[in-house]
Amino acid sequence: MTAQIVEPVEPDEIKAIPVRHPGRWVAAVVIVALAVSVAASMASNPRFEWGIVRQYLFSSRILSGLVVTLELTAASMAIGIVLGVLLAVMRLSPNPLVTGASSFYIWLFRGTPVLVQILLWYNVAALYPSFSLGLPFGPAFASFDASAIITPFVAGMLALGLNEGAYMAEIVRAGIISVPDGQTQAAQALGMTRLLTMRRIVLPQAMRVIVPPTGNETISMLKTTSLVSVIALPHPELLYAAQLIYSVNYRTIQLLIVASIWYLLVTTVLTVGQFYLERRFGRGTAGDAPATPFERLRRILFARGTVGTEPAAASGERR
Amino acid sequence: MSTPMVRAERVRKRFGRLEVLKGVSLEVQSQEVVCILGPSGSGKSTFLRCVNHLEKINAGRLWVDGQLVGYRQAGAKIYELRDAEVCRERSEIGMVFQSFNLFGHMTALENVTEAPIHVRHVQKGEARERGRDLLVRVGLADRLDAYPSQLSGGQQQRVAIARALAMQPKLMLFDEPTSALDPELVGEVLDVMRGLARDGMTMIVVTHEIGFAREVADRVAMMDDGRVVEEGAPARFFERPEHERTRQFLSKIL
Repeated sequence: MTAQIVEPVEPDEIKAIPVRHPGRWVAAVVIVALAVSVAASMASNPRFEWGIVRQYLFSSRILSGLVVTLELTAASMAIGIVLGVLLAVMRLSPNPLVTGASSFYIWLFRGTPVLVQILLWYNVAALYPSFSLGLPFGPAFASFDASAIITPFVAGMLALGLNEGAYMAEIVRAGIISVPDGQTQAAQALGMTRLLTMRRIVLPQAMRVIVPPTGNETISMLKTTSLVSVIALPHPELLYAAQLIYSVNYRTIQLLIVASIWYLLVTTVLTVGQFYLERRFGRGTAGDAPATPFERLRRILFARGTVGTEPAAASGERR
Repeated sequence: MSTPMVRAERVRKRFGRLEVLKGVSLEVQSQEVVCILGPSGSGKSTFLRCVNHLEKINAGRLWVDGQLVGYRQAGAKIYELRDAEVCRERSEIGMVFQSFNLFGHMTALENVTEAPIHVRHVQKGEARERGRDLLVRVGLADRLDAYPSQLSGGQQQRVAIARALAMQPKLMLFDEPTSALDPELVGEVLDVMRGLARDGMTMIVVTHEIGFAREVADRVAMMDDGRVVEEGAPARFFERPEHERTRQFLSKIL
């Protein structure tokens, strides 16, 4: 008797005809038609005066305004983030006085318009002409002239940063709350103090929740810095630089387009930065890191027609 | 006889108006393995958490290695311990949780070296070396750099045991260490615990693994409704349970 050897037969790979999406084609036609007509009207309308836009896009006054805007954004976000972490940790403290102080700060700075806060800081010299370092009601060791320290730039930076701190506090708090309680318990069981647990265990894991809205706040801050134009900085930021130019040559629209182009460009750069930051802090979470834009582009270009390589699926929600 | 490692005298613990421990008395000698059985809600886990200062007791006395837990007594006055003092005492007691609670943003090795480096201030190189040895000991030599999400439940729990051992504890507390595991992964964790018991570690194990209790425990205690209702050597405890409640409980799970 001979044993019968059965060759295992590999089932054929499924070659299905993909589902057709006629709706997508209709949408594509409509969108392209609209885009073309808008672009055509912008290009053909001589009142846009694109030559003027091109002329001022890289002018030294605009570029130095851009630098001031970036400095203001970076400085106020730095203040906001540090203050936000501090306030959030205070808010979750077992000490009711510390919790109360944090809540009061958030109430005060979130409850008044940031424009008002900018104007108040700009005029603070009217309340306190000089600052002195020393004991309360005691001797002063050093004294400073308020208007020398609180320059318009410093006033803008303080107002934006202190205001941002109130918003960041809530973002950081949400992040801290999102970390499971078991993490804190495990850290405590190992003998870690409250602050060490916060710094080494809770905050690093909270970052995954904190980074996306913080990126949002940074992008928002970039544009909120334009409010500082109300206090006439000696070195104007981007919008004020544009305003100073058009107040002389009356090319209002063109210069606003110039400013907008720069705002858009920086926002784009920040968005890309945020993406990579999120990947970094997603370490150790289930699933692979999301595809980088380059990976996605490659997939769109080289994997067309294959089922299940929709770019939307590749860039899907983080778990 | 030397000081017991754990001594509980009529320990009571309330959460709001709910009294979870209604006078728990239990002694655990050094190098002894005690398994605590009992239905859910009987206060087993709460008792372990009290031993490790994760909960403050409301009445009675609880000593670990001769030290009052969470408080300091001077004459008739009782003082609460400061946070730093509590942390120092906790660092000498290892705890393993039902849900592992590994630090998700750290690799297996980083989980194990975290507390020695940042609590005990051990040199990084030395801590890594000791951490590697511990992970080898629990059978994870090839998963040092894996994140918890890349490990099976059994592997995670073994990392958690190594993490607790890295602090060279004088007492290990296990809170249902295998209850969250798939059945085929329970064995690997129990093997590690068996090894620990053989090496003379003092252990309190809250568990539903009767086989493990019968084989490894020096003593078994039955908790019900916030009290220890019966305790004894496993052979006697399982063969001739004295208390009606123990008999009922064992008949349901054996």
